[in-house]
Amino acid sequence: MPEEISPEVLAFATEIGSSGLVTVAGGRTQWTVGGSPLEGVREVTAPSGIWAYEPEEMTVRCGAGTTLQELSAALSKYGQMVPFDLSPSATVGGALAVGRSGYRRLRYGHIRDFVLQVRHIDHKGQVVSAGGPTVKNVSGYDLCRLMVGSLGKLGCLAEVTLRCLPIPQTSKWLTGRQDPFDVFAKLYRPSAILWDGDQVWVCLEGVSSDVEAQSDLLDLEETAVPPRLPDRGRMSLAPKALKTFDRPSGNWVAEVGVGVVHMEQPNADPAISNINLSLMRELENRLDPGGRFNPGRKVLSE
Amino acid sequence: MQKSLQDNLFSDLQTLLGERARDGDFELGLYGKDGSVLEGRPSIVCLPQSTSEVQEIVKICRRYDTPFLARGSGTGLAGGAVPIGEPVIIATAKMNKILEVDLDNRIAWVEPGVLNLDLSNELLPLGFHFAPDPSSQQVCSIGGNVANNSGGPHCLAYGVTSAHIAALEVVLPDGQIAQFGDLTADGAGYDLRGLFVGSEGTMGITTRIAVRLTQNPPEVRTLLLDFADVRDGAAAVSAIIAAGLIPAALEMMDKRAIEIVEAFVNAGYPTEADAVLLVELDGLPGGVEYGVELVRSVATRHHVGNVRVAADEKERALLWKGRKNAFGAVARIKPDYYLHDTVVPRGKLVEVLEKVYRIADAHDLIAINVFHAGDGNLHPILAFDSSEKGVLERVHAAGRAIVTASIEAGGVLSGEHGIGLEKRDYMGMLFSAHDMATQDLVREAFDPDGFANPLKVLPTGSRCSDSFGQHVPDGAWV
Ligand SMILES: Cc1cc2nc3c(=O)[nH]c(=O)nc-3n(C[C@H](O)[C@H](O)[C@H](O)COP(=O)(O)OP(=O)(O)OC[C@H]3O[C@@H](n4cnc5c(N)ncnc54)[C@H](O)[C@@H]3O)c2cc1C
Repeated sequence: MPEEISPEVLAFATEIGSSGLVTVAGGRTQWTVGGSPLEGVREVTAPSGIWAYEPEEMTVRCGAGTTLQELSAALSKYGQMVPFDLSPSATVGGALAVGRSGYRRLRYGHIRDFVLQVRHIDHKGQVVSAGGPTVKNVSGYDLCRLMVGSLGKLGCLAEVTLRCLPIPQTSKWLTGRQDPFDVFAKLYRPSAILWDGDQVWVCLEGVSSDVEAQSDLLDLEETAVPPRLPDRGRMSLAPKALKTFDRPSGNWVAEVGVGVVHMEQPNADPAISNINLSLMRELENRLDPGGRFNPGRKVLSE
Repeated sequence: MQKSLQDNLFSDLQTLLGERARDGDFELGLYGKDGSVLEGRPSIVCLPQSTSEVQEIVKICRRYDTPFLARGSGTGLAGGAVPIGEPVIIATAKMNKILEVDLDNRIAWVEPGVLNLDLSNELLPLGFHFAPDPSSQQVCSIGGNVANNSGGPHCLAYGVTSAHIAALEVVLPDGQIAQFGDLTADGAGYDLRGLFVGSEGTMGITTRIAVRLTQNPPEVRTLLLDFADVRDGAAAVSAIIAAGLIPAALEMMDKRAIEIVEAFVNAGYPTEADAVLLVELDGLPGGVEYGVELVRSVATRHHVGNVRVAADEKERALLWKGRKNAFGAVARIKPDYYLHDTVVPRGKLVEVLEKVYRIADAHDLIAINVFHAGDGNLHPILAFDSSEKGVLERVHAAGRAIVTASIEAGGVLSGEHGIGLEKRDYMGMLFSAHDMATQDLVREAFDPDGFANPLKVLPTGSRCSDSFGQHVPDGAWV
């Protein structure tokens, strides 16, 4: 028999019900991504709370409305983390719905790869489970990945199970002026290399002797904090394209080796091929035929 | 299929492919099976050499209302590549070129028929590799890895295939060519790439794959730990992870596995031990050293016998050779085996292992355990002799009991082999009818008429379009 659904998730399903428009609010830290939702629409928030945390399994199950702050507080007690690197007031569900990884993606990968199981409420007000609670699983279609970056257009995230990592023993930021691509080529799995066209910031993590040895390869000074990442625009390039891209006006900070550029200057969404667009629309029509979820906000521009 | 239709279909495919379209008895028999014990029969086998040939084959199949099935190396263990409903097989064996190695972007574009180990061998001198390393890596294809979202010993630290795929070119079930994902970090719109990986050939055929390249670790240390009690070994697995260490690999072998492997490869495995752990630490030297010491001290607390640290690359290769050849070694005790694949929480390893032994005993079978312990991924091997009367029924009954025990322990149906045909009808153990109907809604967006690898993954009741369901051949294990 499939696992039982928690009462909090069932209550959220009832609240969403089977008709009427709904907007899901998380921590409102990335509220305008995909456009602002239609005004006057009934607003709901996903349940919150750490529901099952097994440090020795390195998995945590929580309500999608749980803030990252609450999540890290629970995990750090046991020396663990989920490296989302977003605003502490963001919610787990919101972070996944927007699907933008934090600045340590270079080392830890995309945040979607931390998701083991997702329960969402569909347009009929019913609970749908996908994935599984264990650290490894290929049972059935990977709806979890589909939900990450869906801006809540395909269903409302209610409960999420994530894989955790040990917090590295040492974590150190370095900064200075050095060719960021040289830095990238020299290091073994650095956690982040940020670059604003002039200055470079490097995050090294691991046991201290390794962090020291890696920093010795560079011509940089230690610093306490990473740079502030501009957040009005965001562009995603192939890592190599950073070498030659047209630099945006205003401040920007690029993730070297990853290809994301955080910008002051807002930008348009990248184009989607017609074939992909029609598949994506088909998915939207199938999973939310009445367009109930987050009206106004868009993953696919017109 | 009607004889005349079949003849016309074959002649159209022959016009396209020449002798690379085949319908001889030998081929049809060969392509009726994969690495599982299941069996079906295709109508025709095609060996395309390019994306456009794959596209043409799909279009021809559609004209004749005939389903098709992508096949890599046929090593899948869940019957994913077993043909049901007399499909045309589209085998990727001749699409085996590494098209481009792009170190600036740290990716490589490959054709789907490239063998997993061939790619990593090609990359080795450049200082990179493709992280997923199924034990079958010498023979399995990257297309198959993508379709099954395959894992391997080193996926404990590096993640399974999905995390290592940047982009896919796909021939969709209607014959259009699409690209899912790209070399940028975020991609645009919904994650079709993520959805396709692990879809077991039911959403189309991937014809070009951009795989992410992983830096080779500067330092690697491989340890073999032996335990006089398998329970101590399993407890040590949990304790190592709980101590905050994620080794590159953490594999376990039980007594029987040690015995047969040692007889086969002479790696110096301790045959008197009840269990061994093969632990690999990799990365920068300090972290590796720290890991080795931590593993030692945790293992000591769990009554480890010997701790053997491979002295050089040769010894390391030998230790791994034992692990990676375990399945072949089983042939020394019985001619056939059925390899299972479930995942349980690490803390439940001991409990479920004990159940596995009891289940095998109750069904008068031999169970051998060699598995990815670090992520709780059990691989019980049931060894048998298929010439024994009624043995397959016992094997299937035991298999079902093992899956049930794993789910009861809070586990899942499959960690890496996929659902295919083997576990299709077990999906209801993990998912509600509504969960499965939702999965099918998503699958159908790609393949509304059910032409791509029909009748796999989702049980018949949950699917809206089972147009080929009537054609289940006699003798297929469904
Ligand atoms: C001894 C042994 C050890 C193994 N060890 C492991 C292990 O450690 N980890 C692990 O994960 N697996 C393991 N496997 C299972 C198997 O090797 C993997 O699942 C592998 O990825 C399958 O690749 P293949 O090329 O043989 O695919 P096939 O068996 O040919 O096909 C598998 C599935 O992929 C689909 N497919 C193939 N090519 C394409 C394509 N181009 N486009 C779309 N769909 C496609 C097929 O339709 C089918 O559903 C092992 C198998 C054996 C026999």
